[in-house]
Amino acid sequence: MMRAYLSVFKLRIYTGLQYRAAALAGIGTQFFFGSMFIMIFVAFYAHSTEVPPMTLSQVITYTWLKQAFLALVMLWLRDNELFQLITSGNIAYEMCRPSGIYGFWYAKLLAQRLSSALLRCFPILIVTVFLPEPYRLELPPDLLTFLLFLAVLIAGFLMVVALSMLIYISVFVTMSPGGSLLMFSIFGEFLAGMVIPVPLMPGWMQDIVYLLPFHWTADFPFRVFTGDISKLGALKGLAAQLAWLAALAAFGHYTMNRALRRVVVQGG
Amino acid sequence: MRLYFKYMKMIMKSQMQYRASFLLLALGQCLTPFTTFAGLYFMFERFGQLRGWSFYEVALCFAVTQLAFSCAEVFGRGFDVFSSLVISGDFDRLLVRPRSTVVQVFGSRFEFARLGRLLLSAAMLVWAASNIEVDWTLLKMMTLVLMVVSGIVIFLAIFILAASVSFWTVQGLEIANIFTDGGREMTSYPLNIYQKWVKRVFTFVIPFACFNYLPLLYILERDGGGGHPMYALIPLAGFLFLVPCLLVWRVGVRHYRSTGS
Repeated sequence: MMRAYLSVFKLRIYTGLQYRAAALAGIGTQFFFGSMFIMIFVAFYAHSTEVPPMTLSQVITYTWLKQAFLALVMLWLRDNELFQLITSGNIAYEMCRPSGIYGFWYAKLLAQRLSSALLRCFPILIVTVFLPEPYRLELPPDLLTFLLFLAVLIAGFLMVVALSMLIYISVFVTMSPGGSLLMFSIFGEFLAGMVIPVPLMPGWMQDIVYLLPFHWTADFPFRVFTGDISKLGALKGLAAQLAWLAALAAFGHYTMNRALRRVVVQGG
Repeated sequence: MRLYFKYMKMIMKSQMQYRASFLLLALGQCLTPFTTFAGLYFMFERFGQLRGWSFYEVALCFAVTQLAFSCAEVFGRGFDVFSSLVISGDFDRLLVRPRSTVVQVFGSRFEFARLGRLLLSAAMLVWAASNIEVDWTLLKMMTLVLMVVSGIVIFLAIFILAASVSFWTVQGLEIANIFTDGGREMTSYPLNIYQKWVKRVFTFVIPFACFNYLPLLYILERDGGGGHPMYALIPLAGFLFLVPCLLVWRVGVRHYRSTGS
């Protein structure tokens, strides 16, 4: 069973890696947006009167990581193919396959994001490490922190895909991807700390953010990297991430099975 | 021009066929700038000011840009998706009709759902303008209107320019996003908070500064010649940007070779 999912994953990775020109354009765009956000942060920090909860270099590192791993943490990255399968009724073919749809799609989405991230992250990371002082990506204080970062990044990535599966499942009900996708990704993005890092938000907003799963996907791994979160905190967070992941996957599995039972395939 | 309005009416009718999806989309579009704005608000709550700019001043800048961009997007969406016309070879059909290609592409798409976003930005503009400490003279109000109009023209010109590129590359380029979405994000803040070279590029190469930063100096009566009434007329310079973009478009049309599928 697992082998089938693995080979879907591998095939998708290979297709994704074909789009090198698109990746190059993406890297350019990522650099532009990254430097723009950083300039805005620098301007805010220039005359700040009180000591902000994150240092400027932490915020800058956070921003570059966000740009480099955008494909891993973005909610709005979508697969139109899957939407069309659902709305056009071709889902019937998928149901004929001898493997569960949830696992099949999960592997597909996972590979798509991973291939696009693999192409984009290294050039961005390498260049930003060597940038002049204020704009540089600061490496984590020690190796252990880095390893922890990798672990929580991967756990967060698995969570993002589980969350985005819920978007696809919701299309079974609404039949139009526009609305649910927009709502989900707009708020999810903000709550994940993609607009501004969570520590910079006011207290009441942080309380809301920490209740929801979104911040585990982007804000948490990046702050582990900058050393803002201690090693013990990172380990505790990893446990929370895994719990959320299990809950999200179980929920997605359950709702998908229910939706599939009621699915109506129109001929044509 | 009459032809354009006819196109608009046709598309309006067709989009109204899916009412529920239309309303949801309009609402979603409405909320997109909202989270960015929330981020801006939280940053001001934390830091108090931005290089001497107060919250409402930046909010005014933000609203002008959002309003201009969403207006340009509502009308110029046809250019945004233009590469699909080239790929499918459907552009041939536009060429044989006895009307200008620019008008036809303009009329090919018109997204009424984005009107939601437009309304929200307009409300934001009024809110920011009324909260700001400025005595609104007639000339200043005119400047504000002129800023929005000039912004629309500049963004439209960029849409046209980005679309013209697909005459050569066939596919649209993601890199064009730097100038559309990136330009929007960048000009949401007053340009003098960035590095000098960024400010120069976006004043003289692409005249973003013409429609928000420079006239804003006049409205807020800031230092650096902001008092001079000539600054009120700067948005007009933005219109000039349309000329080279339309030229590139014409060269592109002449260069066009059908994909023939």
